[in-house]
Amino acid sequence: MSPFFIITGIVTLLGAAFAMSLRNLVHCVLAMAVAFSGIAALYLQLDAQFVGFAEILVYVGAIAILIVFAILLTRSGKAPEKSVLTSGAWTSVILIPVFFGVLAWAILHSSAVPKDLPPAPVATVKNVGDALMTKFVLPLEIIGLVLTAAMIGAVIIALKEDSQKPKSEDGGQQ
Amino acid sequence: MTPLQACLLISALLFAIGFAGAVTRRHAILVLIGIELMLNAANLNLIAFWRFGPHPEALTGFIFVLFSMAMAGAEAAVGLALIIAIYRHKKTSNLDEVKELKG
Repeated sequence: MSPFFIITGIVTLLGAAFAMSLRNLVHCVLAMAVAFSGIAALYLQLDAQFVGFAEILVYVGAIAILIVFAILLTRSGKAPEKSVLTSGAWTSVILIPVFFGVLAWAILHSSAVPKDLPPAPVATVKNVGDALMTKFVLPLEIIGLVLTAAMIGAVIIALKEDSQKPKSEDGGQQ
Repeated sequence: MTPLQACLLISALLFAIGFAGAVTRRHAILVLIGIELMLNAANLNLIAFWRFGPHPEALTGFIFVLFSMAMAGAEAAVGLALIIAIYRHKKTSNLDEVKELKG
């Protein structure tokens, strides 16, 4: 386990912690982008280069921008004056550490974890493309269908509800 | 501690942070960010088991993560569209104020 791996893990976890604890939503999204970049670096160190770059493209590129757009569209870019936590948030102070403790205990005491380090696998873009086009071609088609359905559904949900009424032409509202 | 256990611990902590944020924060977009963090923790698990598992040449965990990322993209698009629709309807994105279905 190289020191670079540990540093990347710490940066990822700090980004995630800040993304979940800052008050201003735009800062939260920036911290989330840091966390996703850290996860991409972890993927690169785990010999999954294609997934690492796809992570940067999808999460740091697309989803972060999408979330920033949603924040600005819902006018919640300023930090709220009231509490940012839900009314029952205090229970998670107990539940979340217990949850993580159980997971960590299971990970550290599991007998299923292999002790020997296997050699680095080769996952070139050619291998991945071959696998996607032969063994996984049906899931690939289904994921295309799902993405199309999700895109159409998102557009329909976000459409103006009263678009047929003439009074809804409020062009001055940005 | 083996590298696999280090990856699993990082991903467990990431999942716990995302879970804590998703259940405690009031803003709908932050709940979505928490869900994305949890999904990424699961993806990191899959990649770690692919890398340190017995048959990495089969590329199963690797392809699974690619599909999971596509599903996460679809989920984020629909989730943000729902948040925008709720904001247009109720002029709020505070989850404590959206409780029509509460029994």
